[in-house]
Amino acid sequence: MKFRVERDALADAVAWTAKSLPSRPSVPVLAGAMLRVIDGRLHVSGFDYEVSNQVDVDVQADADGAALVSGRLLAEITKALPAKKPVEIAAVGSHLELVCGSARFTLPTMPVEDYPTLPELPASAGTVEAAVFAAAVAQVAMAAGRDETLPMMTGVRVELTGDTLALLATDRYRLAVREISWSPNDPDINTNALVPARTLADTAKTLGPLGGEVTIALGGSGSAGEGMIGFVGGTRRTTSRLLDGQSYPPVRSLFAPTYSSEARVGVAALTEVVKRVSLVAEKATPVRLSFSEDGLVVEAGGTEEARASEAMEATFTGETMTVAFNPQYLIEGLGALNAPTAVFSFNDPFKPAVITPAGDDGAVIAGFRYLIMPIRVGR
Amino acid sequence: MEVDAGCPILHVDMDAFYASVEVRRRPELRGKPVVVGGAGPRGVVSSASYEARRFGIRSAMPGMQARAKCPHAIFLPVDMREYISASRQVMGVFRDVTPLVEPLSVDEAFLDVSGAMRLFGSPAKIAADIRARMADELRLTCSIGVAPNKFLAKLGSTRAKPDGMIVIPVDKTLEFLHPLPVSALWGVGERTQETLRRLGLTTVADVANASVSMLRSALGQALASHLHELSWARDSRRVTTHRVEKSIGSETTFDVDQSDPAVLRRTLLSLSQQVAKRAREGAVAGRTIAVKVRFADFRTISRSRTLPSPTDVAQEVYRVAWELFEPAQAGQRIRLAGVRLEGLVASEGSSHQLALDEPAHGWRDAEVAADAVAARFGKGAVGPASLVRIRRG
Repeated sequence: MKFRVERDALADAVAWTAKSLPSRPSVPVLAGAMLRVIDGRLHVSGFDYEVSNQVDVDVQADADGAALVSGRLLAEITKALPAKKPVEIAAVGSHLELVCGSARFTLPTMPVEDYPTLPELPASAGTVEAAVFAAAVAQVAMAAGRDETLPMMTGVRVELTGDTLALLATDRYRLAVREISWSPNDPDINTNALVPARTLADTAKTLGPLGGEVTIALGGSGSAGEGMIGFVGGTRRTTSRLLDGQSYPPVRSLFAPTYSSEARVGVAALTEVVKRVSLVAEKATPVRLSFSEDGLVVEAGGTEEARASEAMEATFTGETMTVAFNPQYLIEGLGALNAPTAVFSFNDPFKPAVITPAGDDGAVIAGFRYLIMPIRVGR
Repeated sequence: MEVDAGCPILHVDMDAFYASVEVRRRPELRGKPVVVGGAGPRGVVSSASYEARRFGIRSAMPGMQARAKCPHAIFLPVDMREYISASRQVMGVFRDVTPLVEPLSVDEAFLDVSGAMRLFGSPAKIAADIRARMADELRLTCSIGVAPNKFLAKLGSTRAKPDGMIVIPVDKTLEFLHPLPVSALWGVGERTQETLRRLGLTTVADVANASVSMLRSALGQALASHLHELSWARDSRRVTTHRVEKSIGSETTFDVDQSDPAVLRRTLLSLSQQVAKRAREGAVAGRTIAVKVRFADFRTISRSRTLPSPTDVAQEVYRVAWELFEPAQAGQRIRLAGVRLEGLVASEGSSHQLALDEPAHGWRDAEVAADAVAARFGKGAVGPASLVRIRRG
């Protein structure tokens, strides 16, 4: 293997592949980044048996071939190489030679034949606009659980129904639902997949700025890519093993058909107020939101500890109500609205509240809903 | 200067407490090997008289082994009610001397006699008086360590056993402490002992003279400074009359190793019930739920999860405990199962993060109601249906 490549293109490709490599791999080869030149193109890939990443880079190839080197080390080296100089890479015996300007590196390689075969990309199910997809994933992924002992909650449920792509995530205490449109290959598609939230968020963050379209590849039952999902955008592709979502709870039924009370509040102002007031809220203690026709009062703290309160403008219809929330859940929900106004809908201080985005004029923007369970205070 | 000047802390440890209480009510057993506990296929010895110990019987030894070592020993069932009542008498003697009594268990306590010396004399005299009252009034023996701090007092009582006392004068503390093995340091278990041994540290003096940075890199900041302080006989813990519990736990060893999910579920539910009930009784709630699993081969693992807000609800403890237990158990045979509630806070005024799949009025209301029923009609009047013992006719 021997090729010449542009420095930035190589550094980008290696950095992205290395980022998802396991820091403590179960077998040493999994810490490697695979460089493979076929027909004049370089494929850089990483794999940890759960997630695979591969990116293609244009190179001037002198000889095809493959080499496996430490991904982290290669990423650090390529990042530090002098700018605007071409990089020459050659596999020499059991080493990889890397020359850039007057800098020269020799890296040991690992046996290519010990490296597992990357999973094949499942068949394409359709495409979605990259920027829209990235924004949608960012809106829901934070609501997924981080507790590995509850694997089902660490996933984002992707529902593909006709031309609607829905993303759902919950950690049992709040739920984010985003619906966008996409272009399915089969207009009658009706399927779903539970994708690890971290992988999905990382992938969307990478593919979004590339623009264009993202292809979603989903292995149907019985096909080669069963239990697998793939995302392809530009020259990058990611595959991930799916989580078992067979018994994912029917969370959509948590949204009530009607709500008795409704409040409209400025998102930026409320976010600031909640952040300020919750400074006195100790870990896992709530902020209390009291809604009335006079507006909104946000409070935190108890009778014997530090206390804070702040009043702000809000339009409200319904029975005067005080609801307590985990400030973190509230701030993350407000942050996901991507809109100037938040609409709060309630029935009861102990039942789920729903936050939806609205424009400056107060008109609800469809497509995103954030449901949050209140905290019951002083039982 | 008196030898006991500056030694206001006493550690009193009753000698072979359960066995001694049994002998006290059945004088014909005096001078005989008496063993309390160890019944059932998996029972372990709770207490053994010094006569029984001469045959090699020790606390926590499997009952089978104890029987093999001394077949003619008198084996008695555990009668906790009797021991707790005896414990009250013992603590009463301590409290006659000073209100600063910190019970560590039913049969041992720390006493701070700083304020009692004007009334009752020097710490050594107070210790001698306590021993005399134990013998005369309660017909029980105890061992006492008299020292400048808790750590040394406890070492002292161990050294004085059985039926003795020891004063560790301020200017003799290092002379007493430094020759002891590292295991004498409070906080040093088998693993730490092994770590220290690999560093070539076997006695307390070795630890005292080791560089703190070396200890730190081997043991971590907290343990290193803790052991270094102790190795110079420095222990600033006070005698406190009520201990704040850090966790509430309950565990059970099966008579035969279990892998039946139905049995395991019921066991976890029952343990969760006990833990949550104790939390409610103590007006505390905990954020972290931990389970302990001991497999048939004695391999032991624990798993824990921290909730967004504290709980004292058995059903919630059980739900999380089972979610942690099931994948850990993975169909294997289990010897012991345990459930623990950690990160305790006062439940008064505490808040509860509702979950999406949780009704507004849920299990807690039911369990509080069950507590009230049990208080009126007795334990077992109401409880989960799956824990009802089916009467076979």
